[in-house]
Amino acid sequence: MPADPGWASSAPPGVPVSLPPRPGEPPRAPDASVPEPVRPAVGQQALVDALRDVVPAHALLWRGEETTPYECDGLTAYRERPLAVALPETEEQVAAILAACHRLGVPVVARGAGTGLSGGAMPHAQGLTLSLAKFNRIVKIDARARTATVQSGVRNLAISEAAAPHGFYYAPDPSSQIACTIGGNVAENSGGVHCLKYGLTLHNVLQVRGFLADGSPATFGSLALDAPGLDLMSVVVGSEGMLAVVVEVVVKLTPRPQVARCIMASFSDVRHAGDAVAAIIADGLIPAGLEMMDKPMTAAVEAFVHAGYDLDAAAILLCESDGTPEEVDEEIARMEQVLLRAGATRLETSANEAQRLKFWSGRKNAFPASGRLSPDYMCMDSTIPRARLADMLLAIADMERKFGLRCCNVFHAGDGNLHPLILFDANQPGELHRAEAFGAEILELSVAMGGTISGEHGVGAEKLNSMCVQFSDAERAQMLALKTAFDPQGLLNPGKVIPTLHRCAEYGRMHVKRGALAFPELERF
Amino acid sequence: MNDTLIGLAERVRQAAAAKAILRIRGGSTKQAMAGVISDAATLDMRAYSGIVDYAPSELVVTARAGTPLVELERVLAERGQCLPFDPPRFADADGRLAGTVGGMVASGLAGPGRAAVGGVRDYVLGVLLLNGRGDLMHFGGQVMKNVAGYDVARLTAGSWGALGAICEVSLKVLPMPVATTTLRFDMRQAEALESLHAWAGQPLPLNASVWWRETLAIRLRGAQAAVESAVRRLGGEVIPPDIGGAFWEGLRDQRDEFFIEARAAAQRENSALWRLSLPPTTPVLPSFLDTLIEWGGAQRWIVAPAEDTLVMHRAERAGGSAFRVSGGVGDGAGYATPLAPALLAIHRRLRDSFDPHRVFVPGRPMRFQDS
Repeated sequence: MPADPGWASSAPPGVPVSLPPRPGEPPRAPDASVPEPVRPAVGQQALVDALRDVVPAHALLWRGEETTPYECDGLTAYRERPLAVALPETEEQVAAILAACHRLGVPVVARGAGTGLSGGAMPHAQGLTLSLAKFNRIVKIDARARTATVQSGVRNLAISEAAAPHGFYYAPDPSSQIACTIGGNVAENSGGVHCLKYGLTLHNVLQVRGFLADGSPATFGSLALDAPGLDLMSVVVGSEGMLAVVVEVVVKLTPRPQVARCIMASFSDVRHAGDAVAAIIADGLIPAGLEMMDKPMTAAVEAFVHAGYDLDAAAILLCESDGTPEEVDEEIARMEQVLLRAGATRLETSANEAQRLKFWSGRKNAFPASGRLSPDYMCMDSTIPRARLADMLLAIADMERKFGLRCCNVFHAGDGNLHPLILFDANQPGELHRAEAFGAEILELSVAMGGTISGEHGVGAEKLNSMCVQFSDAERAQMLALKTAFDPQGLLNPGKVIPTLHRCAEYGRMHVKRGALAFPELERF
Repeated sequence: MNDTLIGLAERVRQAAAAKAILRIRGGSTKQAMAGVISDAATLDMRAYSGIVDYAPSELVVTARAGTPLVELERVLAERGQCLPFDPPRFADADGRLAGTVGGMVASGLAGPGRAAVGGVRDYVLGVLLLNGRGDLMHFGGQVMKNVAGYDVARLTAGSWGALGAICEVSLKVLPMPVATTTLRFDMRQAEALESLHAWAGQPLPLNASVWWRETLAIRLRGAQAAVESAVRRLGGEVIPPDIGGAFWEGLRDQRDEFFIEARAAAQRENSALWRLSLPPTTPVLPSFLDTLIEWGGAQRWIVAPAEDTLVMHRAERAGGSAFRVSGGVGDGAGYATPLAPALLAIHRRLRDSFDPHRVFVPGRPMRFQDS
């Protein structure tokens, strides 16, 4: 894993860190997309003076050495220093900070653990970074209602740990779950390896409470299964901090399954592996997890964890069942049959929990293992229809030749969510540029296949250009209007997620839908 | 592009230019709930019907808004799949189950399976939306995981026309359960609620529940082995599959005894039928004329005297909300729990952006925005 001083205190093991700028190289801040209203920039001193009135001195950082650790999130290629960082300890302080920034017209970027992979928490140069790190209290575990009420800075895994004595867990499990916070999960609508069966963050959250850009309180969702009015929670979840600042989340808890078992299946051909994924679903099975690794990825993780993966296989599938012992036996038997019919060359089924965890150890360490193969790598996150998995793998192989770079592939195959890891060396002239072009081509092909540019990592600052390919001008304008409905002054995390018409015009790529240009009857150029 | 779709968009643009209003209609099965405004011209979505794309191995179906729900379910059933949240299909004036796919999403109503498997918005993956300017816009898509931009597609579930006309929908579907069994218990309300909370906390295939007049029925769904072991564990009376199946269907479409009686009583104007959406662990509410409880306690249907003004108050005090489905006095204030002011302001601005000329007349559950 590349060293990164900015991460030293908070980067957990297993969380991927992409390339930092080389010494002497200026950090690459993406040119902001401009839903930013024209406003006079407020000086650092004016902001600090205003915030001193509402937060204690120790909760406010503004000197260079204090704000540097906040200059990026998990996408370390994009860096920016904020005017100041506030670490409020109470909801009153959050409200007062937002009200002060609103009065001054200062942008606010909320931040959890900073493990995001798309630059969603990258600071704003004229803005405040609002860290929710001190909102780390589990407020209540209600075993009867099967809910946990937690502050937004609580770590994902800490919820499951707190719920364990009651026989429950919190189902969504992004790979960064030991470090990432529930507030960040809400911002990204995070998934994980079990979301085919258990759903995304949205499906596991009942209520989100926080503050709007002007500091007024707002509650989205409810402790009931629905609430009056539009279901605003469904857009707040996944809004990357652009609609509201979240301080408390009520999540659903799931009874812990009595047992889980995992099949590791080898395939001599990626097409067989891709078809096996479709065959499992077509057979009426919903695995608890269904993951795929290609040969280069398998080799990389085997060298890292020594789990006994089949190094001869062109692709490996991990297929998991959970539930009661009887249920799991029934399902595993059906899965084995389908996998064999689909051409699996070798099957190994976990006999106990230790073996199951060993099967998963490689998959969960795919990112750090890649970090050992190459000085730098870039992780993509698009989603495509499951039936196109093999087509995509073959297309990526062609792209490797075209761009002269290697790519390892791990897929949340059950969801069609791809994580190709493009390997490159930023010290070699031109390689970074080629890697970016490689990534953009994967995203555009994903959209052409009927998929999406981001399955779970978010658009953030990273994928603004690709949004131009996926959405039309009218669609993006409608999304900007939605942002404005929540945040009329455009102060919450401005410049992320939705690119402006101007930016898309400059990017110059056409909006493509399912392989066809919109309005093909129009002449172009 | 499809001519029907172009025609629909043109109607909206003309209405916007003429400052006219349009009422979006599908099967007209929810008119009582939507509170029809009779002088509005209709934008009839039934003309835009049919399944656009269905790939069973993707667990995704894309259908046009006017597709009858029974038709969609028939096509899914041929491939062993279903909409697991049991959306009510409702009968029209002639008794036909005429509810459409568009109406299902616009109303956001789900049936007995809701508490266990999620609601309409949890299964919406993408929509083609016709906004009040006459723009056709795709949001979301046909894949399970999609965080590109705001999730506007899910926001249309339960929007009752406030954001525009839903023209096409992509839905996540699931395999039909391998095994289903219905169990029946004689239980008072408090005991039924306690049992449901206890069971829901265990790894049991509990899929639906209903309590009415001292009887609790539950539906178990899942792998054969899981259902069988749950039956052994929970006891109760096993209901024959055909009777059980018909019972849940009737409940789902609100054609069972409770709803027929409740609506008839409401018609006579001496009572009202309320739907309460509550935190499931809300204790037994003071007695009303009649009560039916679904979703493990989270959805309670109440028949109360027409002049009872306390129903809504009790729901709100429990942390939930209430909506008067039929009967009662007048349609002014007091038929639905109001929105908090901060949320109302967001709703107004959303309406301004999706339907700036107020072309569409939203259904009653969304009308507070224009108040």
